[in-house]
This record gives sequence, C-alpha cells and structure tokens, in this order.
Amino acid sequence: MSLEAEIPTPGDYKRTFIGDKPVVVIRNNDHEVTVVENRCAHRGVQFCQKHLGHTAEFVCPYHQWTYDLDGNLIGVPFRRGVKRQGGMPADFDPRNHGLRKLAVARRNGVVFASFAEDTEPLADYLGETMLGFFDRIFDGREIEVLGYSRQLVPANWKLMFENIKDPYHASLLHVFLVSFGLFRADQPAMVKMDATGRHGALVSWKAPVAAAGEVADMRSFRQDFTLADARLLDPVREYPEFTVVMTTLWPNLIIQQQSNTLAMRQLVTRGPHEFELAWTFFGYKTDDEAMRLRRLRQANLMGPAGYVSIDDSEVMKFSQHGVKAYPEVNGVMEMGGRDWKDEPHMVTEGAIRSFYDYYRTVMGL
Amino acid sequence: MNDFAALPVREMRLELEGLYAEYAGALDEERFEDWAEFFTEDCFYQIIPRENHDLGLPVATWRSESKAMLHDRVTSIRKTAVYAPRYLRRYVTGIRPRAGSGGTITVRANYLVVETLQDELSRVFNAGYYLDEIVRVSGEFKFARKVCVFDSVLVPNSLIYPL
Repeated sequence: MSLEAEIPTPGDYKRTFIGDKPVVVIRNNDHEVTVVENRCAHRGVQFCQKHLGHTAEFVCPYHQWTYDLDGNLIGVPFRRGVKRQGGMPADFDPRNHGLRKLAVARRNGVVFASFAEDTEPLADYLGETMLGFFDRIFDGREIEVLGYSRQLVPANWKLMFENIKDPYHASLLHVFLVSFGLFRADQPAMVKMDATGRHGALVSWKAPVAAAGEVADMRSFRQDFTLADARLLDPVREYPEFTVVMTTLWPNLIIQQQSNTLAMRQLVTRGPHEFELAWTFFGYKTDDEAMRLRRLRQANLMGPAGYVSIDDSEVMKFSQHGVKAYPEVNGVMEMGGRDWKDEPHMVTEGAIRSFYDYYRTVMGL
Repeated sequence: MNDFAALPVREMRLELEGLYAEYAGALDEERFEDWAEFFTEDCFYQIIPRENHDLGLPVATWRSESKAMLHDRVTSIRKTAVYAPRYLRRYVTGIRPRAGSGGTITVRANYLVVETLQDELSRVFNAGYYLDEIVRVSGEFKFARKVCVFDSVLVPNSLIYPL
C-alpha cells in the first residue's frame, strides 16, 4: 500500500488502490496505520481525492459525514432532523456506519493491507525466501521517498508479472542492460519462488563482461556501445551479495533493486486491458549526497522514460494486442522445462509457470 | 557576452518566439541531434511530474546533467530502445521571460504535446510548463537549464522522445 515514510505524522494519509478499489492509508493518532475504503458509508462517495495529504478528520463533501483517523463515523449533520422534522431513525447507531477497515500488516517501514479478514501473518504470506529478499532491502534503516512516477500501460496486469518473472528476455530485448553488463544471461543468476508459486525473485550479480563469442545468441550485445557521459552509470555494490534482485509479490507489487535504483512498483488494475504502474522511488535516510545523486541518475533506467523499462512497456502493449486478437490460441512457455522449481540460472520461464499455476488455483480454472 | 537581458521587451519576445519555434520544430521533425545543440555543454534537462516538483521530491522521469547525457539519450532513441512508431508534436504558448541572475533570462512557458500512434487517434500526450534558463553563447541562445514540469499525472505508456 505504502511506505511508512510517506505518512510519518498522525493525520498524514495516502490515497491508493487495491486492484480497482480505492482505499486510504492513514497514520492515526496512536501512530498506528489504518487502511480504509475510500468510499463514504453513506452514499458511496470517494471522499478522498488527494494522493498525499494531512487532515484531522475525513469529511465527505456530499453530506458531510465525518470520520476520525480510524475510520469511525463521528458526525452526521441533521441526524436529529431540523426543527424536529426529518433526521435519521432513532435507532441509527454511528458505530455501525464507519468506513470499512482492512487488515493491515507492517514490516520495517512497509505497509500491506488486505480485504480478507483471515489473511495469514505477513511473514507466512511471503514465505522464508521472499521474506529474506524483503528484509535485505527493508533492513530497518529509515526510508527516504525520492519521488513518484505513474504510467498507464495498455496491457493486462499479468503481463507485467510475466515480464518481471522472465529473466531471459532481458538478455535479448534490453540492449542497454546487456551492453553494460547490468543483467545478462551469462552472468551468475538465480530464479526463486515461494512454496505456492505466487511470488518470485530474479537474482543476478555482476561478473566480468564476456567476449563476443560467448554471447553469440545475444544480438543485443553491443560492445561498441558506450556512454558519452558515464556518470549516468556509476553503480556501487550496496548489499553483500547480488547486484540485482527483482521481487514479484502476489498480487500487485514489485520490489525493484537494480544496482542502486530502488523502487516499489505497484500495479493498479483498470479492467482487463490496462493498468496503472505506480512507481515509488526511494533510498535510505542515511544515504550520503553521492549515493543520493547515484540513485537519481540511475532512475533514468526506470519508469515511463527508462532506458530499460521503455522496452518493457512497449512490448507489453504489443503482447496485449497480439494475444487479445487471438484468444483461442495458446502461447509457448517451455523455456527451462514444463514444471517449476528454483533454478541456478536465468534461462527459464519457470516463475511465470508457477505464477499461472497459482492464478489458476485462485480463479478456479 | 550576454546582452540578452538588455534587449527591448518586444525584441526579446520576438527572439524567444523564434527560439521556441525552432526548438519544437527540431523535435517534431525528429532532428534529435539538432535538438541537443539547443543546450549548453553543462546544461541540466529534466522532465519531472508536477507531483514530485510540488512536493520537492527529486526523482525525475528523465534527468540529464550535460549535453553529453542528452546525446546518450539520442543514441538510445536511434539505436537501442524498442518502441512503436509515433509522431509527437509540440505546442508552446504563453512564453513569459523574466530577468534572471548573471545576465540569464528565465522563462516560463506552457507546452502541450500531441502524440499520434498507429491504429489510434491523436491524443494529448503530455501537458505542462517549461522552467527555463537561457544564456547567449557566441551570439546564440542556449538552454542552460530546462525543466519540463508535467501536469499529466499518468504518462500514456512510454515517453520516448524529448519534450
């Protein structure tokens, strides 16, 4: 839903979404985090309209039903009528008409929420492997939000997960990544999944650039491609192992660590044919100026104008247009086998297969 | 020499109109190498969502800190990026110059970018304003700084070409 650094003070809130459903993440007066539906309990008005803000209470503009920072209904104008006429029925009890609250879980500065009341504890939900990758980035250090980026991708939301769960496309599609050795098939790598298959992680670490012969299949590999201003790419190793970890968490989150660019990518579905990709770039409060600048420069790789991610958003659109026009046809997803398991390399579509296995179970397909 | 700020108002406006027309023309005609020449060597060019700009958050959608970085972007557009064919057309209005420090001129101007993709109707791709600092180098106007602050909260898929 949010990083706690976005809502540090009681009364701070963030307007966001779970799927198509609008919600508000609120820091309450006890410094806890409340997540409520962004839907007035009266007539359904989406009462909160700002991405980020601060307030003492939420007032629906339509009839001024008023809620406290925990979503409790604390004011209903004309409840007793006017001049003894009208008003709510005598048995109307505001305690029964608060905003619907969601289950909330927090870990090291990150806020999760669920409509389900019986969601397992977050650590169990993520599983041991994904929890390890999560704690690697969110290790207790204070987070600093560096900014947002939002794009509307004309593709089904699952294509975004297919993209980030498929490490092998990067060696072929992304000339930029390949030529600078940021992520490439001949580098040491791993693909990891949780026990259910719903989450996944692509892991890679940088190794010396290969000679052209070893990367013959990679037509995207251009040894002649150099930057005129190399300050754009000046990565330093921040974590003890791995230079790239892309974690995909069911059903709507990607945690991105590509070199020194860190971001949460939240998927907000808008029906079956498009989704909003909401990026929250961040660093750590303890970053020095050089690291901060490094993150800002490397942000050029990501987002709607990213040296790398342009290729992805464009190809997702091409996929949508091809797949949608031929719903009766199946694709082929057999790279790395037909089942799925953790692999010590990146030439596999296993994490996509695991994702769809889980998807089909959830959807009863 | 920088005598820009000393120009009479009418003359300055005419010169600026010409500058922005040529700038937009270079981009609309996809003469990206020419576009980079509108900037000083140590220029700063940035495309940033208004949301970040207003909150004082530094991350930009596009951040270049030199003309060389602009050329790297052009190389990517020409040679490495994968994207569908498109036409972009830029409309710059409301050019408002003010005297800046050290003989520079600061300009605020509105821009509108219309995008045309295959199989789709032309649409407003991006709307915002420029926050520019202009200097005169060897008699020519150059952007020392150009910040494109866009109101459009959502970018329609991909931003490939400069604004």
